[in-house]
Formats: sequence, structure tokens, C-alpha cells
Amino acid sequence: MIHPDWLRWLHWQPSFTRALAGGVLIGTSASLLLGTLGRIAGWSGVVSSLVTPVRGHVAWRVALVVGLLLGGLAAVHFLPGSIPSFAFTPRSAALLVGGGLLVGSGTRIGNGCTSGHGVCGISRGSPRSIVATITFIGTGIATVAVMRALGLLS
Amino acid sequence: MSRRDWLWALVAGLFFGVGLVISGMTDPLRVRAFLDVAAWDPTLMFVMGGAILAHAPVVWLMRRRGRALEGPMHWPTPTRVDARLVGGAALFGVGWGLSGYCPGPALISVLSLSAGAFAFVGAMLLGSRLVARFDPPRA
Repeated sequence: MIHPDWLRWLHWQPSFTRALAGGVLIGTSASLLLGTLGRIAGWSGVVSSLVTPVRGHVAWRVALVVGLLLGGLAAVHFLPGSIPSFAFTPRSAALLVGGGLLVGSGTRIGNGCTSGHGVCGISRGSPRSIVATITFIGTGIATVAVMRALGLLS
Repeated sequence: MSRRDWLWALVAGLFFGVGLVISGMTDPLRVRAFLDVAAWDPTLMFVMGGAILAHAPVVWLMRRRGRALEGPMHWPTPTRVDARLVGGAALFGVGWGLSGYCPGPALISVLSLSAGAFAFVGAMLLGSRLVARFDPPRA
């Protein structure tokens, strides 16, 4: 369905071509899910289902995760280094655990993340998703600016 | 849920996974560079742009059609822009900036089998669980 040669070709492309191609695939995925099951492709919803299963919402989301992992595995085979791992230091561990807690709780409180609000919601023209997306990009930018000022980015 | 439904979701997940890896979203340093005004890397704007470009026409179509291939549409029901939405999104953004991970790429990143990815995903699941504990899910 996604030809290996095409993936190899992408390997040599500038990053914005890859970003655009990847984005179109993400939009295609969201369209497929909406067109067949009538569902919204949101990963924070998937995470919610994994920790607190609600009847009728689990099976398709598990399938979605299985697909995500298989797709990721296939793509990284042709684009090595795309899923980097980093040295696990006390500092990086603190950032990852703190970040994980905030991402998990924040997306659940705000009912969505980059995919559900940022892609699906904005495509729908939902005022909630537009406000949410502006908010999380805004606080993300502010956070990185503070980290830069504190010398945490090096 | 039928086997066909399951397959549709699997294929959708497959596309999403390939898309995330190709786009660069699975590299936290990239994501952080997108959020860094001092050394801004605008690349990831194209991810969101490409995704919305591909998705918006289908949303329009499905709204007119009113029914998905395998059953009814499940449009999100909340409409109010409230403190809960903004507060949650604000917290998410802080975590996104700190780590460079949002939920989809984080789930993929466990494929790197690195301690950092597992730590992030574990903390993310815990964060979601903690919220559910004080605010039980509604069906």
C-alpha cells in the first residue's frame, strides 16, 4: 500500500517534503477512520481507553494502536533514525516523567491532543479545537522559552 | 464490533504510524525545535497543514453524507469553550514542550525500546488514570 521505493525516495528528501507527505498520510488515516467507522482519530482518546476502558470504545482503538506500531515499524525500517532514543540521565528522566504526567492528564482534561484537536478538530472547524490548539502550542512555546532561559536545552 | 471494523481501524493506524515517522513527529528534538522561537524550525507546520488539507474535504463530505460506511457517525458532542478545555490544553502544551512528545508519537516511540520512551508512556498513562480517578469517564 505504501511502496518501499517511495519510502526510500523520501529518505533523501528535504525535511519539509517529508513533513508534508507524512501530514497527508496522517490526514488520510483520519479520513479513513471517519469514513468507515465514523470515528475521530485522536490518540489521547486511545490512551484514555487503555487506562479506563469504556464499553464499545476499546476494540477499534486497540486495532488502531496495533496498526500504529506496525506502520511505525515498517517506516522506521526504511527511514532509520526516525525514532531516536536518548541517553537516560536524571535530567532527561525528570523531563520525560514530568512531561508524560502533564501530557496524560492535560489531554484527558482538555479532551484531545495534537491529533484529535489539532488535525481532526481544526479540519471540522470546531471552535473548541481551534482554541485548544492555539493554547497548547502557546504554552509549548512558552515552556521551551523558559527551558532555553534556564539552559535546559543543551 | 465486526472483524471488518477491526481491519479498518488497523489500516487507519498503519497509515497514521507511517505518516508520523515520515513527518519527523517521532523525533522529540524536532518537535522542540518547532516550539523554540529562538531557533525556530517551521518544518512541522507542514505536518499539520498536510493533514488538514487531506482531512478537511472528507469531513465536509461525511457531514453531508451523515453516515459512515459501517455505521453512524460519532461526532464529538461538547461545544462549549470552557476553562476545562483551555486548562487541559495548557497543561498538555507544557508537557509537550518539556518532553517533545505528544500522545501518538509517544506510543510509537516505545518501538525504540528505550528507557526514556517507556518512562514517558508510563507517566502519560498514569496522568490519564489520575484524572479519571477524580473525574470518572462518562460513556
